Amino acid sequence: MATGNRTIEVELSTTGLDAQGRPQRIPLVTGGNARDLDLLPAVTLEPELEGDHMLINIGPQHPATHGVLRLVLELDGETVVRCIPHIGYLHCGFEKIGEYRQYNQIIPWTDREDYLNSVGNNVAFALGAERLFGIEITERCEVLRVIAAELSRIISHLVWVGTTCVDMGAFTPFLWSFQERERVYDLLEAWVGARLTTSATRVGGMAADVPTGWVDGLRQFIRNFPHTIDEVDRMLTRNGVWVGRTVGLGVMAPDEAINWGLSGPMARASGVAYDVRKDFPYLGYENYDFDVPVGTNGDVYDRYLVRMEEMRQSTRILQQAVDRLPNGPVNIDDARIILPPKSKATSEMESMIHHFKQVMEGPRPPVGEAYVAVESPKGEKGYYMVSDGTSKPARWRIRPPSFVNLSAIPKMVEGHLLSDVIAINASIDIVMGEIDR
Amino acid sequence: MTEKFQIVNTGSALDGAAAVPSTPRGIKHRGGAPNPSAIALAERFSGAVLNSEVVWGETTVLVDSAHVLAIMQWLHDDPSERYEYLSDVTAVEHRDYESPIEVVWHIRSLAFRRFLRIKVALEKGAPLEVPSVWSIWKGADWLERECYDMFGIRFVGHPDLRRILMWEQYKEGFPLRKDFPLRGRFSRSEQLSQALAQNPEAKYSMEELTIADAFEDLPADMRKRLDAGERTGE
Repeated sequence: MATGNRTIEVELSTTGLDAQGRPQRIPLVTGGNARDLDLLPAVTLEPELEGDHMLINIGPQHPATHGVLRLVLELDGETVVRCIPHIGYLHCGFEKIGEYRQYNQIIPWTDREDYLNSVGNNVAFALGAERLFGIEITERCEVLRVIAAELSRIISHLVWVGTTCVDMGAFTPFLWSFQERERVYDLLEAWVGARLTTSATRVGGMAADVPTGWVDGLRQFIRNFPHTIDEVDRMLTRNGVWVGRTVGLGVMAPDEAINWGLSGPMARASGVAYDVRKDFPYLGYENYDFDVPVGTNGDVYDRYLVRMEEMRQSTRILQQAVDRLPNGPVNIDDARIILPPKSKATSEMESMIHHFKQVMEGPRPPVGEAYVAVESPKGEKGYYMVSDGTSKPARWRIRPPSFVNLSAIPKMVEGHLLSDVIAINASIDIVMGEIDR
Repeated sequence: MTEKFQIVNTGSALDGAAAVPSTPRGIKHRGGAPNPSAIALAERFSGAVLNSEVVWGETTVLVDSAHVLAIMQWLHDDPSERYEYLSDVTAVEHRDYESPIEVVWHIRSLAFRRFLRIKVALEKGAPLEVPSVWSIWKGADWLERECYDMFGIRFVGHPDLRRILMWEQYKEGFPLRKDFPLRGRFSRSEQLSQALAQNPEAKYSMEELTIADAFEDLPADMRKRLDAGERTGE
């Protein structure tokens, strides 16, 4: 009978402190254990349903599946025996549509695919297209794109922290993180006029330079944001319920993480120090001083710690980017690729011709192909484009990090409890818009 | 508490100046230094490597489809290559109808910080089949399923090759093929009537219905329809 004889020790932040000033550790006694200790009256056990498994369906319309993910689970009691994920409920055919659009016309589609990281996607797509065109962007544009990408990482991780808290039953950090996210959206709105669907970049530059005084707003955000992180940190990191619901769940060993193609915080929590910004740099990331947090347990708790630290590191990068933001043009000086100012297009013959050619025909890259990967908040996001010399790509492929990360979910949840499926699924940080595209 | 993992550092096989990567600048359209792995591949699999070129700084190696699994296995296992990370599996169909469909693998060597693109050309007319690399990289599972779903390329050796983004009973073909119209192959009215004819009750695959004898619990008429081969859910 003493098979379930296990004692769980958790640190309860609500209890008093011990002599060392650390939270008191209270042994929690599980049901099976309690019976052994005669703490509970003898109960009539449910009849043992040997081998009788249950089929349970989660989603696609379920708030804890973060979109339209559907999981079909085979349960033995409360333990997951098998997990069969179903995706595709949000399939829009972005890659197909991209073959019918000019390069700058694809940028609005990149907003809508991983919609928590729209600016980051804009930057990634523009980098890919510029590789295909053979364009070198200006220094100011490079720094502005770093700012955009890091702001985007912060908002994506804030949404992750907030929604994961809600999944686990904590509501307060959700409000704090979404409040901070609003501040970033205000900055983005002041910059490009849109909050969620930014379309901030163009091939060869940006849609707009930052307005006057915008940098001061960003500096203020950089000053205030770490306080919010600290608050969330204080609320969760040593919270007994949070620790108890995240530690030891969904463990991926480093070699498994590499073999399954995990990237981003998922891989780093498993101890794989793979960060595209460090290993295959772009936008001059090698010139910024920042650290890559790496976990050693590969569980949900480590993924949380990695993402929290990444937000701090992003703030560091933002600070450095603001300090070095050079003056100068944002867009490259090439009339075949960058639209002329509207005033010139309506007054100068040559500008009007360039405007007409660009809008009607579109810029044409030479025949070739390019795969450009960036470190998105979810992991390695790659854009693979094949040009056949026309103004529209012959193939536009998105390498979606959360698609590959999600493919490991059967491996991560099998053997865990049904309630832990929610925590593990949340820890992957999926965005169905990106998975289904 | 579980035992802590050893941290896997990237670039661990490099030292000196090569260990500090930097943003590539001034990339040429064609030419430039190829990835050392491409040269090693050409020496070792001289018969199977059909072409090797550098486009925009990225090395592409076109190989023979019969040898692709052996090449991938070698790239993954060899201590001087260590391509342990599979970034992407996808395919390219060109607008020119005569040119073959290409299957593209993007692989990374984290220890050497290398990136390599392997391609296989599949002639149209012949069955679109390539070996699956699932046995080498588990991450290929969904990527190959998506490639099959979108292009109809069969990955031989994949354990569970079925549609992933489209539903299993999708009859219109393979959406990313160039002969597939942007609006779909069926008319809007046909698509609508098919959607309305779906049975919303039957939303489990036969494999899933084997769990807990769920099949036996279905209404008799549904069992009869499923027995007759009708499938509406995934």
